[in-house]
Amino acid sequence: MSDPIAFTRRQFLSTGLVLTSAAVTVPAFINRSALGLPMPADFMTAIPGVPTDHILVVVQLGGGNDGLNSVVPFGDANYYRARPSIGIRENNVLRLNKTAGIGLHPNMRGIKDLHDEGLCAIVQGVGYPNPNRSHFKSMDIWHTADTSATGDGWLGRYFDAECCGVGDGGKPEPEPMAGIAIGREAPLAMQGRLSRAIGFEDPNLFRWLGKDVHASLDDPYEQINRRGVVEGVSSDTNAGFLMRTALDAQISSEQIRRAVAQRPLSTYPNNELSRQLQMISSMIRAGLKTRVYYANLGGFDTHAGQGGEQGRHAQLMDTLASSLKAFYEDLKKQGNDGRVLTMSFSEFGRRVAQNASGGTDHGTAAPMFLFGPMVKAGVHGKHPSLTDLDQGDLKYNTDFRGVYAAILENWLRADSRKILEGSYRPFDVIKKA
Amino acid sequence: MPRHLFGRPMVPPATPAATGPASPPDDPGGGSARRVRGRPISSSLAPIRARDFGFEQARHLLWRAGFGGTPQQIQTLASWGPERSVDYLLNYDAIPTEDVKGTLFDRDIMRPMNAEERGEIARARMRGDEAAVDRLRAQRQRAEQNDREQMRKIQRWWLKRMIETPRPLEEKMTLFWHGHFATSYRTIEDSYHMFRQNDLFRRNATGNFGDLLFAIIRDPAMIAYLDNNDSRKGRPNENLARELMELFSLGVGNYTEQDIKEGARALTGYTFNDDEFVFQRNNHDDGPKVILGERGALDGDGFVRAILKQPACSRFMARKLYRFFAADFPTGRPEVDGPADAVIRRLAATMVSSRYAIRPVLRQLLLSEHFYEPALMNEVIKSPTELVVGAVRSLNTPVRDIGVLADALGLMGQNLFFPPSVKGWDGGRAWINTSTLYTRQNILCFLLTGQLPAGRRDALRDVEKYDPSDLLADLRDSGATIEPDAVADYVLRFTLGNNTPRNRETLTSFLHQHGGRITPETVTALLLLVTAMPEYQLC
Repeated sequence: MSDPIAFTRRQFLSTGLVLTSAAVTVPAFINRSALGLPMPADFMTAIPGVPTDHILVVVQLGGGNDGLNSVVPFGDANYYRARPSIGIRENNVLRLNKTAGIGLHPNMRGIKDLHDEGLCAIVQGVGYPNPNRSHFKSMDIWHTADTSATGDGWLGRYFDAECCGVGDGGKPEPEPMAGIAIGREAPLAMQGRLSRAIGFEDPNLFRWLGKDVHASLDDPYEQINRRGVVEGVSSDTNAGFLMRTALDAQISSEQIRRAVAQRPLSTYPNNELSRQLQMISSMIRAGLKTRVYYANLGGFDTHAGQGGEQGRHAQLMDTLASSLKAFYEDLKKQGNDGRVLTMSFSEFGRRVAQNASGGTDHGTAAPMFLFGPMVKAGVHGKHPSLTDLDQGDLKYNTDFRGVYAAILENWLRADSRKILEGSYRPFDVIKKA
Repeated sequence: MPRHLFGRPMVPPATPAATGPASPPDDPGGGSARRVRGRPISSSLAPIRARDFGFEQARHLLWRAGFGGTPQQIQTLASWGPERSVDYLLNYDAIPTEDVKGTLFDRDIMRPMNAEERGEIARARMRGDEAAVDRLRAQRQRAEQNDREQMRKIQRWWLKRMIETPRPLEEKMTLFWHGHFATSYRTIEDSYHMFRQNDLFRRNATGNFGDLLFAIIRDPAMIAYLDNNDSRKGRPNENLARELMELFSLGVGNYTEQDIKEGARALTGYTFNDDEFVFQRNNHDDGPKVILGERGALDGDGFVRAILKQPACSRFMARKLYRFFAADFPTGRPEVDGPADAVIRRLAATMVSSRYAIRPVLRQLLLSEHFYEPALMNEVIKSPTELVVGAVRSLNTPVRDIGVLADALGLMGQNLFFPPSVKGWDGGRAWINTSTLYTRQNILCFLLTGQLPAGRRDALRDVEKYDPSDLLADLRDSGATIEPDAVADYVLRFTLGNNTPRNRETLTSFLHQHGGRITPETVTALLLLVTAMPEYQLC
């Protein structure tokens, strides 16, 4: 079913041009797609050089999600020995089809449904060599796709490589809306050499607050920031660059705030992740040129009192599963589900054995979840052994960069070797188009 | 004459400004990148003549060698002329300031365990006493939490110091060295070491670069950041040796992989214990080495001496200083880049003849005709720190909430003490995207009005009202009629350093819409608009 209200890009281009008709220059990104380069036949293909209209949504589970209580190895007695009080009892586990001994936390009903509908793939035992157990360091490793945790973000490198148009003065300039992160700041993952993603907690903050001081400031503010590069300023100076960016900011802000003002097509539960995914779905529906969206769910650092079938971790599992379920229902009603691949990850899993405080400490390998009709639904990879451990922690079977490579190569159609700065065999989890 | 030009609250100058009343510049499109393009700019390092040094030049100097100034401070420097102004900023030792005492912060939060404590935890582990192990682990986690809290305090302390200092160049150079010898708390997780490193930069801010290199290989924060505490004879860690040459002194292409290997051997045994540098002789590789052509049983100091002998070193540092103070070189504009390159070469020669003293190099640059070329003025994108500190200092706004300001620096991409990598901050255009631009406009709005995002607005009783009347004092003193055109011209000249017909028209029509009244409210509103102009991000 397709959504009659969804904006097409053509509508956006024309609104954008009307809005800026008084400006000396049009914003860089409209300039590029409408004037700078030949128009592609398919208007959904808005970014020059990017042949598809595929979107990636990343859901970051911050703090270290307990993989063993998310994807539960209920068939292994060692699991219950290591987790006498927080282990998920076998009869409460949501069993996954065709998979003996593996199932989901009982609060992950939404993900179980997505799995059964062919919309969810689980990659088990994902990690990297010489695991780092510091939140900062390990998160940076996932964000940079580099085990030294240095350099630009992997998605930032993707933007740099694929989402640059030609700016004024012949220098490549990044598409300003290539990445949008919901959060106080854009994550390291989305920072490239040229590209910086847009980040906002609330779209109402992605605007000038001076307008709230006095209404009469509104008009002069708009004049000032919608001029583009004014006469007498050379466009290759920093002054010219700032004037272009100011205009981009006005247009982006307007598009984003108009997009999220729409009501979603399905009902979301009332939680923080749903609030973010609902905004993302609205932006997708409005046809923004964004390639990657980023959402965050925190609170996974369950050192004490994490609970089992109930409790803190169970609550998080419910939030995650119910939000994703609502998100894909919404996308399906829009007719956009086939365009959106979602990936969730956490900086590490947790130790196999529970600690004395009814919690778990920082661990290593954990499962990743991928969602959308383009994924090969089911459970992939080998569950890590609960007895062959490395200092009490699971040994990984799949390098996370293999999953990144699959997303880059098979979904975003980008050169993963260039972006990941190394050769990783794409993990076979995405259907061939 | 004011003894301390930069006292807060502002000290008015005792001598009247020699350059006459503030008036609109003759050239309405004046300043910055609006001049004729194509013709190469001057590369002259001869001192600018006193008669060419007026309000615009004094304003430029205050922004680049500090964090901007009030109209009165600008007028004072303009009346002093270039030499006296540059020397006042540069020879700041004569200006009294608050000492940075080592006892300002707690040095013991992350104190390593002593033998007794280590024994205790080992015994607890041995007897399988989970509760005791948990208790000790919890203790450690509390310490880490306290230390993160202290790091936030140190961030605020430094930001406040930059706002209040009577020696702006000292703090500006401290910021320069922090970006140059970039070290992040995120990796080392010891706030006291970060504080100590910050003060090392301050004490050597305009001192000798060689001294700083000798000190940095002994700095606990740097040693931890680049893993030199793991570097031992037989298994040297190359991290510090590599960055010492690549990022701190020579630049890529001026050393070989072999130099890194040998340099790493020279640095073995350079480590620290608690807060102090320690040279562990038994971990040091004292065998013969060849580094950058120097032979001998070189240690860390020998390695640094070999670096300082390289011609590439002064070139690399002159270029870095030029980029910080003059222009984001290379700018991609040939009329600037050619002359800039010539200037950098001569600054490097000055650095060699001063044996790496920084002050003579800065003096030469800040006094030079080249530095005041219109193509270089108002063409540097302010770093988040320059933006915020500069706004408070030049507009004389209330600080309101130092925590909000410190957090905003992070949102704008310059979380102090947390540079993104050992490369420091890229700066220039990398500061700006659509989100950071809104944050930049909105933090100025907060300083001017106390307006915070909905639901987070300052409790009303805490809202200090900003009074911009003092900013107009010079205009009043000049005898000019205080009316919209004159105020718009004056404000634009002071805040942006230039005046375009469009900006002027926007401001005057706003004032006319409010009946042409010049009140603290309408002037504040005017400043809200000016600080939301794309050009306000430049200095």
